[in-house]
Amino acid sequence: MALPQTKHDTTEARLATLSLPESGWSAPARRAALARVREMGLPAARDEYWKFTRPDTLTRPDVIEAAVFDSGEPPFFNEIDTLKVVFVDGVFDADASDDLSLEGVSIERLADVAGTDIHWAKDLYGTLETNGQDPVARPLAALNTAFATDGLLIHVTGKPSKPIQLTYSHADTRSDAILHHVVKVEAGAEVTILENGPAAARFNKCTEIDIADGAALHHVRAQGRDHERRAATHMFTRLGEKSTYKSFTLTVNGVMTRNEQVLELTGDEAIAHVAGACVGDGDFHHDDTVFITHDAVDCESRQVFKKVLKNGATGVFQGKILVKPGAQKTDGYQISQSLLLDGDSQFLAKPELEIYADDVACSHGSTSGAIDEEGLFYLRSRGVPERDATNLLTLAFLAEAVDEIEDQALADEIVSRLEGWLTRHG
Amino acid sequence: MTALDQHPADAKIKDADVKDGVDQETVDAVREIGTYKYGWNTDIEMEYAPKGLTPDIVRLISEKNEEPQWMTDWRLAAYERWLQKEEPDWAMVDYPEIDFQDQYYYARPKSMETKPKSLDEVDPKLLATYEKLGIPLKEQMILAGVEGAEDAPADGRKVAVDAVFDSVSVGTTFQKELQKAGVIFCSISEAIREHPELVKKYLGSVVPVSDNFYATLNSAVFSDGSFVYVPPGVRCPMELSTYFRINAENTGQFERTLIIADKGSYVSYLEGCTAPQRDTSQLHAAVVEIIIEEDAEVKYSTVQNWFPGDENGKGGIYNFVTKRADCRGDRAKVMWTQVETGSAVTWKYPSCILRGDDSQGEFYSIAITNNHQQADTGTKMVHLGKNTRSRIVSKGISAGFAQNTYRGLVSMHPKAMNSRNYTQCDSLLIGDKCGAHTVPYIEVKNNSSRVEHEATTSKVDDDQMFYCRQRGMDEEEAVALIVNGFAKEVLQALPMEFAMEAQQLVAISLEGSVG
Repeated sequence: MALPQTKHDTTEARLATLSLPESGWSAPARRAALARVREMGLPAARDEYWKFTRPDTLTRPDVIEAAVFDSGEPPFFNEIDTLKVVFVDGVFDADASDDLSLEGVSIERLADVAGTDIHWAKDLYGTLETNGQDPVARPLAALNTAFATDGLLIHVTGKPSKPIQLTYSHADTRSDAILHHVVKVEAGAEVTILENGPAAARFNKCTEIDIADGAALHHVRAQGRDHERRAATHMFTRLGEKSTYKSFTLTVNGVMTRNEQVLELTGDEAIAHVAGACVGDGDFHHDDTVFITHDAVDCESRQVFKKVLKNGATGVFQGKILVKPGAQKTDGYQISQSLLLDGDSQFLAKPELEIYADDVACSHGSTSGAIDEEGLFYLRSRGVPERDATNLLTLAFLAEAVDEIEDQALADEIVSRLEGWLTRHG
Repeated sequence: MTALDQHPADAKIKDADVKDGVDQETVDAVREIGTYKYGWNTDIEMEYAPKGLTPDIVRLISEKNEEPQWMTDWRLAAYERWLQKEEPDWAMVDYPEIDFQDQYYYARPKSMETKPKSLDEVDPKLLATYEKLGIPLKEQMILAGVEGAEDAPADGRKVAVDAVFDSVSVGTTFQKELQKAGVIFCSISEAIREHPELVKKYLGSVVPVSDNFYATLNSAVFSDGSFVYVPPGVRCPMELSTYFRINAENTGQFERTLIIADKGSYVSYLEGCTAPQRDTSQLHAAVVEIIIEEDAEVKYSTVQNWFPGDENGKGGIYNFVTKRADCRGDRAKVMWTQVETGSAVTWKYPSCILRGDDSQGEFYSIAITNNHQQADTGTKMVHLGKNTRSRIVSKGISAGFAQNTYRGLVSMHPKAMNSRNYTQCDSLLIGDKCGAHTVPYIEVKNNSSRVEHEATTSKVDDDQMFYCRQRGMDEEEAVALIVNGFAKEVLQALPMEFAMEAQQLVAISLEGSVG
């Protein structure tokens, strides 16, 4: 079906600013991805899947200038021993990065190996993204597959001794970065991946993750504090039998963030937890879009999303649990909650269930409201100043999401960052 | 097909070997409910307009109803808008493309052309129809249009009935008694003639002409329906009821209901629907508009039991309905209660616009889909005024190969301070070939309002089942009991007469879904 004219024009205008790499193992996948983009067209304001978020700043040909922000805080995960890989405005920074060798894992850069004809990542690059295009189109992810300039290809075969940390710095006010990572976790292997930083004035990131039987991946992400940055990220994850995927995202500020997580539980007894905490003040738009497909028996999925919003900030949650025929004994849980600290902020949610198997226990809850007056009164009556009491209750509200992080040191760091935000914005 | 034709399911049960230990009563019960109880049709001579939809058909419908020019123009304008509109495809329902030119848009019993003077003159087939539907004799007389019937004594509790047979209203009962209270209850075609000022003021004010594809179609071709006006301060002395029946083949039924509850008034309105069993699907696109002024209250209850199609998904009614209530005044209150057991395809979202401060909207729904039925139903609660409250309780039950979707919107506008919403959507799955889905939209634009949404999906609990079976119930009885318990909150919201019927319907609709 031909695209509507305006959608066609927007898509072509954006494509005109990009160039497709011609050779190497990823070239066929990239050409196919470009064809998908042309077929779907880039998101437009009237698309149902973009009902609550305006996609125009993410799809326009040029980048809106975004000032570089110095928080004055120590870098993220500074106290934790990690293998650091640094990208500045989407460009690999060899000096700031560690040596990429680590036992139990092989890490390569997409840009380094792009010219070769054979690579293990060939079977995955663009494959999970393509699977994730049905039933809902995700054109920005296909755009990423076609035009990504760099990224990491992480092949986990054992249990690396430390987390792999991807830091995305922002230095150029007009940078427009497209990164694509592929992570393959072999059977029985286990890895922790950390991500942090604002990345660029505009950042399009796509990660494809394949977790084999009995393997595990832990993911903690802190999106940078640059107020004017814009980001559209996709994570496509496929889980094998008895595998585990646990992901947590902290978002503090940012004028536009759209985080999509697309999970497919294909092996029996797989476990997937996706959580997020976001705090926004003022010109802040944050969108968590999650789509979990249960296609095996005895699987468990959990979605926990908490948003604290003030001064006209907007929080969006679109979450879906799809239980395919035959995916019996599914345990699906989803909660999305917002705390509106003033009358100007808004919370928009669409928590969906689509279920085709009868022996399942699926539930979702969604609430929105102001701070609990009774709780506030209780704390005040105990001599806690109002501002401290509000912060305490806000932290308590966010705790359910932060609790999803298993590693205590990582959870502590997230809590201290949240405390810092509340102190600054209280 | 005549009324007494044997349904194929009957033969199947008879032929099947009856297992040892199964008593005859069970076999009979299954046989009875294996068929759609209201699946007969009445062989009455009908007057049809030609098939298809053109401006001439619209004019003809208007002419047959003896409508004034402004109404004809209104319809024609709607027809023009309809031509521009596209059929919506976002609902989780799947059906073959409808040929809107292959429908009759107007059909009425020929015997209604002149009013009969006594019961003897009434077409006995028409009377038999009402008897089968369970409408009391006195009301049958009135419905059949017998003059003076209203003065005949009636016993028991009174419910005023307006019955719509195919496209036309065939009679409204207890009009005089209602008139004493100042309540106007008549067919909409009569209201257009007798009370044009009210119709002009309110028609299309809640569901605008171009609201959606089906509502626009309805605006162009609606042939009849009910009209209610309750004057200020009046508590309607009896429950009002409309009975819709599609009889003729390939006829679309497009009824239009307009209810106005003036300041401080109260009315409870019941709606029931049936249709004969046919191999081809039939179209139904209704519009209900309710206007509720200051301190007024309206209760609208529906038991929708259109023919759902046979167990192979053949035939059935396509039910595309737009229902909306507008709480215009402060402290206005509306309550929608629906039991949806029929129709092959249901597309229906009774909504509440809570405009007045302190106004309240409630939505209670049971939607049961069995065999190949598909239902996409829910509500919209649009909070505009301060301190407005809404409550949604939706129970979806899916069995066989059916798909059942709850789709809803709760919207808190920035000025709707201190408002509250509570939503509960529970789905029950019986069997592994059916589906249950929940698609809620939640939009909160102020922080003094609280919105809570909960949804669960589960199957019939094994422990409960075991307990019932151990007490000697058969599997179907046990399921009916458990499902009735599951839907209790909604059944309790129904008026007494409907609650009893609805409970039986719940059991009947699920027959054949277990084992």
